Amino acid sequence: MEKNNKGKERISGSEALLRSLLCEGVDLIFGYPGGAIMPVYDALYDYQDKLHHVLTRHEQGAVHAAQGFARVTGKVGVCFATSGPGATNTVTGIADAMIDSTPMVVITGQVGSPLLGTDAFQEIDVVGITQPITKWNYLVKSAEEIPDAIARAFHIASTGRPGPVVIDITKDAQFGEVDFEYKKVNHIRSYTPVPLTKPESIIDAIDIINAAKKPLALVGQGVILGEAEEELKAFLDKTGIPAAWTLLGLSAMPTDYEQNVGMLGMHGNYGPNIKTNECDVLIAIGMRFDDRVTGDVTRYAKNAKVIHLEIDPAEVNKIIKADVAVLGNVKETLPLLTKDVKPNTHSEWMEEFKACDKIENEKVISDEVFPTQKGITMGEVVHKVSKAFDDAAVLVTDVGQHQMMASRYFKFKQSKSIVTSGGLGTMGFGLPAALGAKLGVPDREVCVFIGDGGFQMTLQELGTIFQTKAAVKIIILNNNFLGMVRQWQELFFDKRYASTELVNPDFQMIAKGYGIETALVSERENLDEAIERMAKSKESFLLEVNVEKEGNVFPMVPSGSSVSDIRLE
Amino acid sequence: MQQEFTLTIFSENHVGLLNQVTTAFTRRSINIESLNTSESALEGIHKFTIVVYSTREQIDKLVGQLEKKLDVLKVFVFTTDEIIHQELALYKVPTAALLSGNEIEQIVRQYGARIMEVTPEYTVIEKSGHKAETQELFVKLDKYGVLQFVRSGRIAITKLRTELLEKYLKKLRTEAKIKGIESF
Repeated sequence: MEKNNKGKERISGSEALLRSLLCEGVDLIFGYPGGAIMPVYDALYDYQDKLHHVLTRHEQGAVHAAQGFARVTGKVGVCFATSGPGATNTVTGIADAMIDSTPMVVITGQVGSPLLGTDAFQEIDVVGITQPITKWNYLVKSAEEIPDAIARAFHIASTGRPGPVVIDITKDAQFGEVDFEYKKVNHIRSYTPVPLTKPESIIDAIDIINAAKKPLALVGQGVILGEAEEELKAFLDKTGIPAAWTLLGLSAMPTDYEQNVGMLGMHGNYGPNIKTNECDVLIAIGMRFDDRVTGDVTRYAKNAKVIHLEIDPAEVNKIIKADVAVLGNVKETLPLLTKDVKPNTHSEWMEEFKACDKIENEKVISDEVFPTQKGITMGEVVHKVSKAFDDAAVLVTDVGQHQMMASRYFKFKQSKSIVTSGGLGTMGFGLPAALGAKLGVPDREVCVFIGDGGFQMTLQELGTIFQTKAAVKIIILNNNFLGMVRQWQELFFDKRYASTELVNPDFQMIAKGYGIETALVSERENLDEAIERMAKSKESFLLEVNVEKEGNVFPMVPSGSSVSDIRLE
Repeated sequence: MQQEFTLTIFSENHVGLLNQVTTAFTRRSINIESLNTSESALEGIHKFTIVVYSTREQIDKLVGQLEKKLDVLKVFVFTTDEIIHQELALYKVPTAALLSGNEIEQIVRQYGARIMEVTPEYTVIEKSGHKAETQELFVKLDKYGVLQFVRSGRIAITKLRTELLEKYLKKLRTEAKIKGIESF
């Protein structure tokens, strides 16, 4: 290797990129090559032993896989794509990562800098397109800039409220040379990852919590991203406050934790929704009051004082006015509260949740999870699959009815066990995300639930699963419908099923084409055996279950209604 | 209540910053009435002055989104009475109109405007002031046929002694010191 007089190695921009990634601890990249990123792939040829590259079948698959990887490992997901269509194919995944705060660095190749802005072959303004959907993006035009751009990218993606960063690198920068030196970035003047916590906000919050008669804690993904699961438990144990989780907050505490009162939101549990409008103190912990959680905000938690623990100051007062905003990382702020709050049990208040659970069990859950007649329900499949893996698997979902059923009935024992597209609601997310998750935590079981609609949006990634031998357990809940849209058509559009019925291909045959073991279940009596086969298999497995065609997800807070107007049927 | 706000946005000076800033307005569908960018009194720090009509609540949320942008340092919001502001307008009128009587000259004097350039064909008049004033002059001059007209974005400074940002930067420096970061 050539060395200059300063003792630094002179290497190509492409190699500098790979070395920079190694300095950030990267060992897995999802991507797809093409013209404008070929120098990087050429350099990768010599680094295959250190940097494992997973060739997906579409760039969208690469980004979702990187998201899945990031969500289960807590590390930054990395993907490569070429310029033009390669880059535009990553846009959905980048937007998804942005709205769901997933740390990710996307490297895109760009045409040579003299060609920028000339409508060159496969040229697109990547920085312009991804500006509103990235935490930061940057166009690199020379090899010298690469190490610093990557160092900044990782600092920004992984700190504070995490998010996606796009680094667009021109082909001449990849070919160019640089005296390589890598310095990690830990500070950027214009960027404050974690705002300072005001001591008075802690005092105010403690006063409110101590005076609360009916407090309710809302647990969001902030707890998982901040790795504050223990701090959360300590706070809840001491205060005795019932805690509900958001969709992305699933697995932040064990499902069977005594004070866990279930899921918030449109298809969440009856208790936490009803009780939101009865509680006198709402403690939002690392969550952002999405409209699927709040329903009609003008009729949301009107009796409650709101304490908002949040790392992103822009989230405070965005939707729900906070009486006290406790800024900072919940890993640091929760212990400050725990230290000085008065111990409590709130046992009577807790009983009220149990009464709600009883109602929900009778009206919804028993028929969904333990049906006695009619066809197979989604809920029973989810319940059985969860149990078959001892409630310890990672749950990945696509988007739709099965997503809500899975998030309602799958059980969790450990954190970082949920990978789902919450904010953006991206159909097609599930299969590639499951692949990424499995490669991130190869020792854990990864189950992905997908509808027959969403499966066909990214089913090409069966090829990647086949090639990488990632032992993903794929469960297709097939009702030959775009079920969630159909449900809305049934409830709100006079059952006018416009373009929601699907004529599906033979999924068994497709899976076989990719060498993936399969099972098809249409009768309840065959379900247990098929699930057992899947659970015992050491390889990837596709279980297709023909479920009731017109099953609905309940409870439901209809769009525009208040959370307390939750419908049980 | 809708009212006029003047936003002063301090940022790093990179390619694409204007885009970063304006997408925050676009997302919330807030129309920009006027925009000016320039250097600030602090070396290397850029300053956007943007005028919008909106509600205080909307503006607070907008500021949150703007400050989230990586290269934006800080945003300050002012109501009109909190700042000293000015705009510049240029008017081009036919020189013939100027020669056919002394009315235009009178108007120029009366409005404290200034004749910048006279050619046989046209005359360029300059006036600085608030929008209502430069607009009023336009209406007066248009009787003689304004050939071209342009008004700059608002520029504004606070009634405080130095840039508000200085205090903020000082706070950042202290925080950096607390966190043990040397390379501020």
